[in-house]
Amino acid sequence: MEIIEAKDLVFEYIRRDEEGNVEGITCALDHVSLDVKQGDFVAILGHNGSGKSTFAKHINAILYPTEGTVWVDGKDTSREENLWEIRQEAGMVFQNPDNQIIGQVVEEDVGFGPENLGVPTKEIWERVEESLKAVGMYEFRKHSPNKLSGGQKQRVSIAGVIAMHPKCIVLDEPTAMLDPNGRKEVIRAVRALNDVEEITIILITHYMEEIIYANKVFVMERGKIAMEGTPREIFSRVEELKALRLDVPQVTLLSHELRKSGLAIPEGILTCEELVEALGHVARG
Amino acid sequence: MSIILDHVNYVYEAGTAMEFAALKDVSLTINEGEFIGLIGHTGSGKSTLVQHLNGLLVPTGGNIYYNGKDIHDKEYNKKELRSRVGLVFQYPEHQLFEIDVFSDVCFGPKNLGLDRKEVELRAYAALKQVGIEDEYFYQSPFDLSGGQKRRVAIAGVLAMKPDVLVLDEPTAGLDPKGRDEILDQIAGLREETGMTVILVSHSMEDVARYVGRIIVMNRGQVMFDDVPRAVFRHYRELEEVGLAAPQVTYIMQALRKSGLDVDTDLTTIEEAREEILRAVGK
Amino acid sequence: MLRDITLGQYYQTDSVIHRLDPRVKLTATVCYIISLFIVDNIAGYLIAGLFLAMIIRLSKVPLKFMVRGMKSILFLLVIAVVFNLFLTPGEVVLTFWKLKITREGIRLACFMAIRLVFLIIGSSVMTLTTTPNNLTDGMEKLLGPLRHLKVPVHEISMMMSIALRFIPILLEETDKIMKAQIARGADFESGNLLKKAKSLVPLLVPLFISAFRRANDLAMAMEARCYRGGEHRTKMKPLIYQKRDRMAYGVLALYLAVCVAVGRILL
Repeated sequence: MEIIEAKDLVFEYIRRDEEGNVEGITCALDHVSLDVKQGDFVAILGHNGSGKSTFAKHINAILYPTEGTVWVDGKDTSREENLWEIRQEAGMVFQNPDNQIIGQVVEEDVGFGPENLGVPTKEIWERVEESLKAVGMYEFRKHSPNKLSGGQKQRVSIAGVIAMHPKCIVLDEPTAMLDPNGRKEVIRAVRALNDVEEITIILITHYMEEIIYANKVFVMERGKIAMEGTPREIFSRVEELKALRLDVPQVTLLSHELRKSGLAIPEGILTCEELVEALGHVARG
Repeated sequence: MSIILDHVNYVYEAGTAMEFAALKDVSLTINEGEFIGLIGHTGSGKSTLVQHLNGLLVPTGGNIYYNGKDIHDKEYNKKELRSRVGLVFQYPEHQLFEIDVFSDVCFGPKNLGLDRKEVELRAYAALKQVGIEDEYFYQSPFDLSGGQKRRVAIAGVLAMKPDVLVLDEPTAGLDPKGRDEILDQIAGLREETGMTVILVSHSMEDVARYVGRIIVMNRGQVMFDDVPRAVFRHYRELEEVGLAAPQVTYIMQALRKSGLDVDTDLTTIEEAREEILRAVGK
Repeated sequence: MLRDITLGQYYQTDSVIHRLDPRVKLTATVCYIISLFIVDNIAGYLIAGLFLAMIIRLSKVPLKFMVRGMKSILFLLVIAVVFNLFLTPGEVVLTFWKLKITREGIRLACFMAIRLVFLIIGSSVMTLTTTPNNLTDGMEKLLGPLRHLKVPVHEISMMMSIALRFIPILLEETDKIMKAQIARGADFESGNLLKKAKSLVPLLVPLFISAFRRANDLAMAMEARCYRGGEHRTKMKPLIYQKRDRMAYGVLALYLAVCVAVGRILL
């Protein structure tokens, strides 16, 4: 079943100069169509300004389409009466860890969403506990968010979304402001949610190494979907990725270079082990 | 022309419950014209260290010498030091404040008390150095894209004509394209002017391509200080402290283990390709 | 350099005081402040001091946290003391040049200093032992009846709690921007008042922009988490009076009674 469906989605906004005169119209999303199935782990890749964040905000009904339609769990996001249901079903985690934590104590922040939904007190506590455990932050429940590391803050934000029992979570560059350790923590937590809780994940990022775990990848460029496929399919198209100036993992790049130099190595190598194996064949054969 | 740190210690909030030693007995010599990568994870002390280089933080123990003079001497001119050692903070675009790009870049040289003509010449040169075109000069800095804002902010420090340029995570939050542009620009700048550059980062892969020396910080101490390939030999220890060598290092190590006779001391893809081709006999 | 402000900083530990209902703590703080103005003799201040000492002891918050908050009002304290010391008419004890110190002046200055110190420490106890969220919950509930007068009680308390959460973040940011501008040769210290005020522009502009950006992000994050004002909302930590709260009210009443008695009878 499709949890998210976008059809011919167009989003335009009007640029104004300082006096408020219209300077022009920018088309941030240009006829984007894509489906996400329940339980999928989807990655959306692209540069700043490629339209990926604009797309994410449509799933949560923060932005509405200029043209076309977005359905979340069969509900049209542009209809006012669906608004709160959509926001509950499609949770959202943003880039800056400091600017999305409302509570002064970790557990209070996680409880914020359920409070807004009118969940009974006893159940809020249950939800907070299970959500914090799901991201491995339960032992920090009484801490102040200001004392946590970036990765921990983002995990708290994720817990805050899980506590609303969403069907899908949209993460809009959740790792862009984190160091490598924090990035790993967050991606690990996200993968666990997808594997264990079977929550649909839409991960928006510009780090290639984070999309390896996805089962579907979309690459966006200038408001359009430029590439789509499994991570392996995407990584097989090294030249295209390079033309889009996206980062290709060193192992994939090296394999590609070796292949170009005439070695019989398959395209789309993602790990060290795969390259070692392929070179093993070359050396023996 | 060098910076010498002699047994520098720095303790935050000394004497309170929050007391925390950010630097422990750090001794370093930074020579003229070096291109250095200062690596460490969050909280390793690398940001604290760079704030010592221009006297923003005063060490709680030890001394810092710039060109042989103790910078915390009473007679020492700190303002002069800050123009010699330019420090670009993390997310420097958050410090932009002027009405247009050009005036913002003028702020630094103006503070040095130079005459107007010299200030403007320097601002112009600095903006050119970071690749900002004339058409942007009189735009509000807040209307620029993320990468442009950052370059304007870097120009703001360059306009003071420092001998040493220290950049604290200049690529944080940028996308790969923006990151490469900034790093290439910095490398080009160094080539052109010969200034000393210290690049603070938590990414080995980013700096390995550019720098000639890597200093690894961990828990307030210098863990390694050597040329990149020598530092990456310690990839296991690096991993233990939450850092990683470039993926190439791992590939070469894995190939070696699988019985392929390759040199593992490599840092770039090009080197790795040549080495593998040699090893398999093509 | 800016981290010394204790007001609005929660100290995390587990104590009776921490567990008290915020409404009790709010009422108690207001009553305590009133009591400081009822009593005006040494016995009274002794009682107020003992009461405060008892509360601090029970709260398990180290004394130095309370005292740290004092630094920020030291200037105010000195002014209050100096004014009272030199400007109170009465029996002259000492004369410096044109300034006269009177017996009444000394007495008033001492009392004023004690009052201010107790007042600040007393309110820090409340903020140190109550999470701002809890505090605003308490305020929301206490002021609840005003809702009928069309006062947006929930919105006000939400704004306060957000403001409190962002104070430490913005202070840290101020520190950082200041350092960055100093690195560009800015001078925040020397010069006359006008020059000083002008030198703040490179600090304040980025700070305001950052605050607006954060506010914008936060509003979006709150909406994404289904925030739509006070209606339909349940509470994770609803306020229900426990036995200890009723006891605390009892102790408070007793304390007030003693203060009134001491203040009136033992003059």
